[in-house]
Amino acid sequence: MNASEDSSPRIPRRTVLKWFAATTAALNTPGFSNFPADAAAAEASGVAAATGYGTDPKVNQIYNPGDFWPLTFTPEQKKTATALADVILPADDFGPAASSLRVPDFIDEWVSAPYGSQQNDAKVVIPGLKWIEDEAQKRFSKGFADLTPEEQTAICDDICWPRNAKPEFKEGARFFDKFRQIAAGAYYSTPEGWKAIGYVGNLPLVQFDGPPQEVLDRLGVTQTVA
Amino acid sequence: MPIIESKQAAQEYDVIIVGSGAGGGQTAYTLTLAGLKCAMLEAGRDYSPEMETAMFQAPNQAPLMGVSTPDKPFGFWDATVDGGWEVPGEPYTQASDDPGSKFTWWRARMLGGRTNHWGRISLRNGPYDFKPYSRDGLGFDWPISYEELEPYYTKAEMLVGVFGTNEGMENTPNSPPGVLLPPPKGRAAELYAQKHAKKAGVPIVSIHRAVLTKTLDADTIPAKLHPGDKKAQKIVGDAMRARAACFWATPCGRGCSIRANYQSTTVHLPPALATGNLDIIPNAHAREVLIDGKGKASGVLFIDKTTGKEARVKARAVVLAASSGETVRILLNSKSAQFPDGLANSSGLVGRYIMDTVGASLGGQIPALENLPPHNEDGAGGSHFYSPWWLYKEQLAGKLDFARGYHIELGGSRRMPGGRSPVSADSSEGAYGTRLKEEARRYYGSHVGFSCRGEMIPNENSFAELDPDVKDKWGIPVLRWHWKWSDHELNMATHATKTFAAIIEAMGGTVRGTVKTGKDAIDFGGSIIHEVGGALMGADPKKSVCNAWNQTWDVNNLILSDGTAFPSNADKNPTLTIMALAWRNAEHLIEEMKKGNV
Repeated sequence: MNASEDSSPRIPRRTVLKWFAATTAALNTPGFSNFPADAAAAEASGVAAATGYGTDPKVNQIYNPGDFWPLTFTPEQKKTATALADVILPADDFGPAASSLRVPDFIDEWVSAPYGSQQNDAKVVIPGLKWIEDEAQKRFSKGFADLTPEEQTAICDDICWPRNAKPEFKEGARFFDKFRQIAAGAYYSTPEGWKAIGYVGNLPLVQFDGPPQEVLDRLGVTQTVA
Repeated sequence: MPIIESKQAAQEYDVIIVGSGAGGGQTAYTLTLAGLKCAMLEAGRDYSPEMETAMFQAPNQAPLMGVSTPDKPFGFWDATVDGGWEVPGEPYTQASDDPGSKFTWWRARMLGGRTNHWGRISLRNGPYDFKPYSRDGLGFDWPISYEELEPYYTKAEMLVGVFGTNEGMENTPNSPPGVLLPPPKGRAAELYAQKHAKKAGVPIVSIHRAVLTKTLDADTIPAKLHPGDKKAQKIVGDAMRARAACFWATPCGRGCSIRANYQSTTVHLPPALATGNLDIIPNAHAREVLIDGKGKASGVLFIDKTTGKEARVKARAVVLAASSGETVRILLNSKSAQFPDGLANSSGLVGRYIMDTVGASLGGQIPALENLPPHNEDGAGGSHFYSPWWLYKEQLAGKLDFARGYHIELGGSRRMPGGRSPVSADSSEGAYGTRLKEEARRYYGSHVGFSCRGEMIPNENSFAELDPDVKDKWGIPVLRWHWKWSDHELNMATHATKTFAAIIEAMGGTVRGTVKTGKDAIDFGGSIIHEVGGALMGADPKKSVCNAWNQTWDVNNLILSDGTAFPSNADKNPTLTIMALAWRNAEHLIEEMKKGNV
């Protein structure tokens, strides 16, 4: 029927298919607040109100960790995470230490995020921070942050490569790998990290020259575009 | 008043256009410059790339360093608004749980639609691509030839601005001299791949993308596009002057505030609005095409999302350009006594023969690219090189176990890092401390990726229909997708991954992961976001839904001007062809309205 008068909006029969579970989870996003039926449906299905940034965040502005959802590290967790981040990404000739680039805050933001992928990571990182604290106490009777660099290295060497870790260090290695990934992702998100890795860009240019001659020579190629 | 609310709409328009992407944008451009009064319905919100694009933002300025999330599947700065693989409140369903039958559907709810985050790859179909059935007995021929569409490809390229080169390769058409903009220089990984892929028999050349590598010639192009029409020339020239050339920073997927790449919102809609002949109604979710007593389209019934209430807008003709899936859905939901099976569906073919692009990919790590001296490779915000399909002769000789071609998109550059770790535990052997930073620097820029973008042959098992049970938040029946790849596509995916492995080996590199084949290699249906078909154009009303100008056979003032009418989906990305067809359809509609036939 076309344009029948009785075809006013109806509350849909909400058949939630398995591939659309996430749709329900996202129902409370901004812009849909005019439809309380959806919020009610989400609540009825036992899904917590989403606290992500939604499908229409204002993208052209600068954000800081904590702007969209609260950070959840305890002071102890923050202290351990800061120390470990600086062991993994220390101050050296490449650039500053992770902590001076707010890497611990980005890790906190990550493990506090409402999204499934990050929540899975949090299930590794949060117990892992306790594991490494316990390990520091067990071996040296001190917190991880208070260890000497040699003591920190002694623990990290046992867990830095999952493939080589002994069975008793598998849990620690799984944590270290995840923590390192997030920390490095955060470190190289900064202009200081860009300098450390050799990224040059994000600058407006009048023309694009392609790789310099030195690079072409090293690769044994010539620029094929006139 | 160009952007209006539904209650501000005029009593009647000449034409209603549903959708504001490449098809809707081109339709609005062509019709309004010719003086027709148009209303455009867009299901999403108004959107301004000039004001909203995240130019220059760094990952440490975004939540989660900008990485992909369910809210923003292509990352925080992706231009897509209120969209993604799932749209809240607007589900779609699958006919089967079998992973090989999965169809995943990317939608956007914003002015300009999917053109905002698009990769800007702008390839012409070649002559073979219009007559595939005649060549190999599979699928369907188009009722038009390359020669018939060629002038519109040229016009679209001149209007939009496409860089690239004319290589004279088989079934990969050259553009007329002077039409293409200069190609950007090759990056290190691209040049290295180009040199060494020759050993694997694969040619790599400059790609064609809709990015202004220099400003458009606003003094001469408008007269070529609109000969004898000074008013149109002035409007189009002004719009061209408002676009800057690329400044070689910021990925195109974020959109472009300086209008250096093509988005409907920066290229098609500004001149259309400048005519004064276009009203755009955002937040207008089209539900049905309205039909008068004579069986003609008389308007569109839509949900005004700002109120949740239904509204109507009337016109002498209706153009649907809502995307293949949404256009099919609107037609099937437009049921009436005259059209009990949905509108324009006397053939029973609405929703049938939907195609996506065959996707398969492989990555490699190339030692020669390690530790290169730092240099700027942001470039034109996306690929500079690609491989057009190069094995037509082998295919003709029966040497391949699949019927159609694919092109290769290659990636590899010193692009902006952040979000994800640049090295894995295994590649760096568990490095931490200064050694981790050394490893990160060593590996940065040494990874390459190759993606297959291949032709899917339309089949009986890949289609969309209305789900009998599931409705969206406004009570409108949703689509249920059926999907199946044939051996042609599965064998193509296998050929592609093996070819990529050979290229990586020729570059002296190692393959990352395993070289998958067949159903393990091919991406889900829909995931390349090239779905076309569903209301095919043809020469026979019994075997097609539209004629050669994409007027539906059943309702001649109803025109489908997105990818829905494509009878085949060549490996060439569909957007440029959508524009060329929409331009041609719109010119024909103008003539038919003048003659009183519509």
